[in-house]
Amino acid sequence: MSQSTLAGAAAGTTVGSSTRRQRWEGWPSFLVLLPSLIVTAIFVYGFIAVTFWISLSNWRTLKPDTTVREPFGQTYLDLFAQPRFQADLRNTLIFTVLFIGISVLVGLGLAILIDYNRKMFAIPFFRNVYLFPYALSFVVTGVAWRWIFNPETGVNLFFDIFGINQLLASVGQAPLKPGWTTDPTVAFSVNGILEQFIPGAESLRIQFGLPVALIPVAIAAMWQLSGFVMAMYLGGMTTVSDEIREAARIDGAGEWQVYRRVIIPLLKPVTISVIIILLHVSLKIFDLVITMSGVGPGFATDMPAIFVFETTFKATRYNLGMAAAIVMLLLAASVIVPYLASSLRKSEE
Amino acid sequence: MTAIHHEATPPGKRWSIGHTLTIIVLIVAMIFYLTPVFVMVNNGLKDAQNVSLSTMWNLPENFSGGGFVEAWNRLRSNMGNSLQMVIPATVLSALIGAVNGYVLSKFKFRGSDLLFTLMLFGFFIPYQAILLPMVQFLQTLNRVTGIQFYGTLLGLVLVHVVYGIPITTLIFRNFYANIPTELLEAARVDGANMWTIFTRIMLPLSIPAFVVVGIFQFTNIWNDFIFGVTIVQNPDAQPVTIALNNLSGSFSVDWNVVMAGAVVAALPTALIYIFLSRYFIRGLLAGSVKG
Repeated sequence: MSQSTLAGAAAGTTVGSSTRRQRWEGWPSFLVLLPSLIVTAIFVYGFIAVTFWISLSNWRTLKPDTTVREPFGQTYLDLFAQPRFQADLRNTLIFTVLFIGISVLVGLGLAILIDYNRKMFAIPFFRNVYLFPYALSFVVTGVAWRWIFNPETGVNLFFDIFGINQLLASVGQAPLKPGWTTDPTVAFSVNGILEQFIPGAESLRIQFGLPVALIPVAIAAMWQLSGFVMAMYLGGMTTVSDEIREAARIDGAGEWQVYRRVIIPLLKPVTISVIIILLHVSLKIFDLVITMSGVGPGFATDMPAIFVFETTFKATRYNLGMAAAIVMLLLAASVIVPYLASSLRKSEE
Repeated sequence: MTAIHHEATPPGKRWSIGHTLTIIVLIVAMIFYLTPVFVMVNNGLKDAQNVSLSTMWNLPENFSGGGFVEAWNRLRSNMGNSLQMVIPATVLSALIGAVNGYVLSKFKFRGSDLLFTLMLFGFFIPYQAILLPMVQFLQTLNRVTGIQFYGTLLGLVLVHVVYGIPITTLIFRNFYANIPTELLEAARVDGANMWTIFTRIMLPLSIPAFVVVGIFQFTNIWNDFIFGVTIVQNPDAQPVTIALNNLSGSFSVDWNVVMAGAVVAALPTALIYIFLSRYFIRGLLAGSVKG
């Protein structure tokens, strides 16, 4: 209430405004916001509308053509029939699961270990090291990890250094030499199962499974963002009071049980925020993949963001690129809109 | 009563096997997190003759500056471009965010929360969904105004300010929400209006928020790739992240130069992190946990 009184005072109306409640007192605030609102209307909503229009248009070459393509929405059918885009959607799904899974596990694990040892003098140093990659750009991360996962060098040298390959050779096995991002294998292919249970799955023109080339990319992304997850959880843990921990201990809970049964359940809102932020990162992952592996063998590490970029700005198939961009936007919106709507409801209460 | 006996040593008060084991895990994790940093610095320090893939884990044989001299020569102008883009974009988006956040926290009106949410959506969209219209818009600006937006750092500053507004507004809004409204009412009784309350009372209190927003925006804009690569085609005018990617993909460049270049490109945000880590952590939490 005090806020609306303030707004009324700023608008120059008398404080006893009950007699003219009809009059809108928010206009000075609205005027201040207006430039940002106009800019948002153009640069976000206007541009999205243009993107959507182009995705429905005939614009397939350098020469702009904004007439609506017949039959309506044909570009989207073309898009989903493309093996490359099918691979992109598969990769997004698999990458998201891998990346979020390991990032949350590692981030939460580190947060628990740091919280458990929080009175140790070196703990701030550990924490800062884990968070450090978050300050770097995905391009730097990609450049460094590209060499670490190079099949000729990097981690593979450790298999020689630690004698694993010699051991394998002594029992007549081939040396361990994973191709990492250059490996075209799609493991655990489930096409047969899909075709049995989902009508239309025959039109899937790719192997649906786990492209192993995505594993190193997910590890690099985890390296960059798990420290952030840790920081979010540590921020949440400071709100769990010592009394709550002590009460759980008096009830006979061991240290691990205090975390598992008391602290982790209390951190559920943090987990939700973390997952939403990581989803938002993984759905639009672009620069890391470009620098680390590119589209990969058989599009094993291709992503919708790269598809849009190359189809639009390199191949100049504008309608197809924009259709893929709209699919990306819908994927992101399906996560973000419920989140924003629930925060809006909370702030209006 | 037996449980009490166990509780006599809460964690941290006495050393235990649990602490020893967990510290070992933390040290192993630290090695993992430092490995890419080691690879970049170690191989960046090697000479062109001594850098080879098979010896990437070996230390350099002599200290002569390695690839750093050439990396710096190749990336210097792009580092300058990045600075010229990041500083104005950070300052402008912070100022706009402060004004917006002030109004949205202290002078709410019916529908202001909804308008703010509609603005915030712009922070979360994949930029692919606006990229082509944005390029066309900037090209039109070039023609209409005669000022070069598309293809220049000016255009990059513009888009970074525009797409930065939602997050700077969010951080300032959450910051100002914690400043007691009574303070503003007292000032109003003394005859201050909305604008003087902002400049005389709120702005001096906002230094911590400006530090947080400044770090957050500096890091985000410095690390951007997609806007830089679509808006600026001329390699001499590109920000350093794009130049580093070009360097890394070029076959004519030695590997030590690429590694040194990665260190050089990472340095500004890394230094900010090292010296301001307290604010950095506050910034990323403020930018991600919605109030």
